[in-house]
Amino acid sequence: MPFVANSNADRAAMLAAVGVKDMDELFADIPAARRFPRLDLPEALSELEALREVEALAAKNVTASTCAWFLGAGAYNHFIPAVVGAIASRGEFLTAYTPYQPEVSQGTLQAIFEYQSMAAELFGMEVVNASHYDGATALAEAVLMAWHNAPSRDTVLIPAALHPEYKDVIRTYFSAFPVKVEEYRGDPSKAPLSDKVFGLVSAYPEFEGELRDLAPASAAAHAAGALSIVQVDPIMCGILKSPGALGADIVVAEGQALGNAMNYGGPFLGMMGATSKLVRKMPGRIVGEAKDHEGRKGFVLTLSAREQHIRREKAVSNICSNQGLVMLQACVYLAAMGKGGLCAVARLCWDKAHYAAGRIGAIPGFKVENGAFFKEFLVRTPVPAEALSEKLSRRCVVPGLPLSRYYPERKNELLVCVTEACTKAQIDLLVQSLTEASK
Amino acid sequence: MNLKPEPLVFEVSAPGRIAVSLPKGDTPSYPLPPGLVRTELKLPELDELTVVRHFTRLSQKNFSIDTDFYPLGSCTMKYNPKANEVAAGLPGFRNTHPLVGEEFSQGALELVHRLQSMLAEIGGFKAVSLQPAAGAHGELAGVFMIRAYHLSRGDAKRTKILIPDSAHGTNPASCTMAGLEALTLPSNAEGGVDMEALKAGLDAAAGEVAGIMITNPNTLGLFERNIEEIARLVHEAGGLVYGDGANMNALTGVFKPGESGIDVMHFNLHKTFSTPHGGGGPGSGMVGAGDRLAAFLPGPVAVEKGERYALEMPAKSIGRMKAFYGNFGVLVRAYTYIRMLGPNGLRRVAENAVLNANYLKVRIEKVFPLKYSRRCMHEFVAMGDIAPGIHTLDIAKRLIDYGIHPPTIYFPLIVPEALMVEPTETESLATLDEFVRVMTLIAQEAKTRPELLHAAPTTTPIGRLDEVAAARSPVLCYRA
Repeated sequence: MPFVANSNADRAAMLAAVGVKDMDELFADIPAARRFPRLDLPEALSELEALREVEALAAKNVTASTCAWFLGAGAYNHFIPAVVGAIASRGEFLTAYTPYQPEVSQGTLQAIFEYQSMAAELFGMEVVNASHYDGATALAEAVLMAWHNAPSRDTVLIPAALHPEYKDVIRTYFSAFPVKVEEYRGDPSKAPLSDKVFGLVSAYPEFEGELRDLAPASAAAHAAGALSIVQVDPIMCGILKSPGALGADIVVAEGQALGNAMNYGGPFLGMMGATSKLVRKMPGRIVGEAKDHEGRKGFVLTLSAREQHIRREKAVSNICSNQGLVMLQACVYLAAMGKGGLCAVARLCWDKAHYAAGRIGAIPGFKVENGAFFKEFLVRTPVPAEALSEKLSRRCVVPGLPLSRYYPERKNELLVCVTEACTKAQIDLLVQSLTEASK
Repeated sequence: MNLKPEPLVFEVSAPGRIAVSLPKGDTPSYPLPPGLVRTELKLPELDELTVVRHFTRLSQKNFSIDTDFYPLGSCTMKYNPKANEVAAGLPGFRNTHPLVGEEFSQGALELVHRLQSMLAEIGGFKAVSLQPAAGAHGELAGVFMIRAYHLSRGDAKRTKILIPDSAHGTNPASCTMAGLEALTLPSNAEGGVDMEALKAGLDAAAGEVAGIMITNPNTLGLFERNIEEIARLVHEAGGLVYGDGANMNALTGVFKPGESGIDVMHFNLHKTFSTPHGGGGPGSGMVGAGDRLAAFLPGPVAVEKGERYALEMPAKSIGRMKAFYGNFGVLVRAYTYIRMLGPNGLRRVAENAVLNANYLKVRIEKVFPLKYSRRCMHEFVAMGDIAPGIHTLDIAKRLIDYGIHPPTIYFPLIVPEALMVEPTETESLATLDEFVRVMTLIAQEAKTRPELLHAAPTTTPIGRLDEVAAARSPVLCYRA
């Protein structure tokens, strides 16, 4: 049978060596009445047949490979250089375990260290961990970390314009704790800070596109004794000031944009950085430099006294498996793009998005709602956005996210995202399609 | 293995290089906001070949399943079919978006729905949610569900969870994150839950027991023979039973945990259902539930509505554990794997995993004794202190010199000098015999030439690292 090496003869010899007569006896610890239940599953397929079946399923989805794509909202269609997949599919990276044995894991460990270093530079932070499940869980864990930093306080302020699913995840993560998760509207520096607030979350840019200078928000948070937690678009950090430069204490991001496909929402990459003052409260794996007895430099998982396998119920988080391979993809992406490439990608996003916003805003009945934005902006539509989206998606122009998906009452708002993967011709097609569909 | 030091990516950088060709701007350019413009970005500058060589050389400093035997206990480091990678890499999956709308992602939703049903059948559950992104994430979802269940009945006093002392560290850590208090249960002389201690624990915390978290087979590789009795006692005390499915590779087609009184359970889908570990992840921690807890599952989950598939939140859902619907790429691999194996293949997986482990056990225990020596399931725990001055760490490091990845060491905590061996079903008899030969050789060396073990490994790019010094003054980032 596939994926099992033992032949029938091997099995017979091994059963004899173990001293049992058959498989039934080998599994004697399992109550006989429950042993070897019938599994009502379809019969096995060959590799060829199985792939045909999944290909048929895959073919039923609308994809960015074949459409003009303007949908973002937390999952982004950026270009992925071929080198990323070529490296990440190498068996030595792909089929290695978590690097608990450093002597045989220096490849993974050095790659994590390099990722930490590049991401820390991008964020303007001193420490970055080896990943969380996604941007939403990274944010929820950042808020937990801020609470652990000031447990006598009981409130966190989050933007009303935060990604709605991120808000939900924060609420799930705090469902058992006496902490108030309060939403504020508009400028985070005007959020209702007090001596009860342990963390001020702001988004750079916000889910609904708005881009603000967060330096006043961080200053206000610090003046109230709270930490400033910033959720950022990592691509944007190529051209705009880092959250660290704006005073953030903890930075989180969805790192999917850095060399990982949209994958119908996962696997993604939760990124988290912090100031070195907070490192011992930080969740997740962290790699550090070390030396062996001959003074040779190597890398090792470090500060593990924070983690569950050492501290059990006293650990700062329960996280164990993370998004290692996706982190590796981000690492290769950042190395390949480098300074010039990331800056160019961010600039292309900026220019194309602003071109698109200018043209869409000029269609009769349409209005762009943001003051400043990066690659994503909110458009008020003259007809319900869901209807527009459906109509255009059928013609392979996926125009963005109708906000009514999350807020049923907000029927005439469409969140449009433009990346470097969109061409001017596609943007013009979008403008033409929106014009026609709204007549 | 590549022994040559590889400079950091920053150290091979040269100004002006770029490894990627990007399209030229085809729109007008627009000014950046003056106060926010970034003036410095210290990322490396490399050409494409330098990137490829750098990371290829790094990869060659790893052990991996594709290159080496990896008998890492409780980690299920089995070979993962390459067809899984092809399936997950199909453009129709890779390049589709979680918010494109149900109508435009029917293929993805159908796959999710079918996988939910197949996993419910394999585990004996009423319903399944594929949302959690890893085993620990599934555990957290499960204990949130237990908590929500008690609260929904107006019972706020149930805040204590019993956990055997052999459990993974994630169990008690997950309880803490769900606001519950973990109480440790001792194991009995056979390595199972001590039934008297369980009864005493339930009595001592009467009215406050939220439930129990139980790993079966446990981390000693032993099937918990009293599982149904344990579930009955906990239910009688008003608590619920959480099953940790980390070791499900021993049970596919052999035993349905949901039929043994377990109310909620996670599977490490990436382990048993075959996604490569990726040097740390991604994983998937699906949760399955029985009658009491199905309505509390995290969501959204896929449902069938007439001719089409849709997303829905379970009636009393604990909410979202992450954005979107789980690590979909891992789900595609699990689906492909289950389709290629079918019901008989899945049973063969567990049978051979258990047979391989028992075969190794009877041969290894002649040189490395076991604290709990009864017949094992998919793994067993030996002890490494077989000669004066020799510790498990020395055995582990010496194995590296013979080209074998060490077993899990110093876990579970209830076995001193633990060496936890899980061969998995995909390894051949020849590989197992080679492992026995090497372990026997190391056992001899431990007695005759212990210095070889203390100095090991010597065949790797670096020797043993000073981890204490690394943690005392941490260097966590490159500084020019």
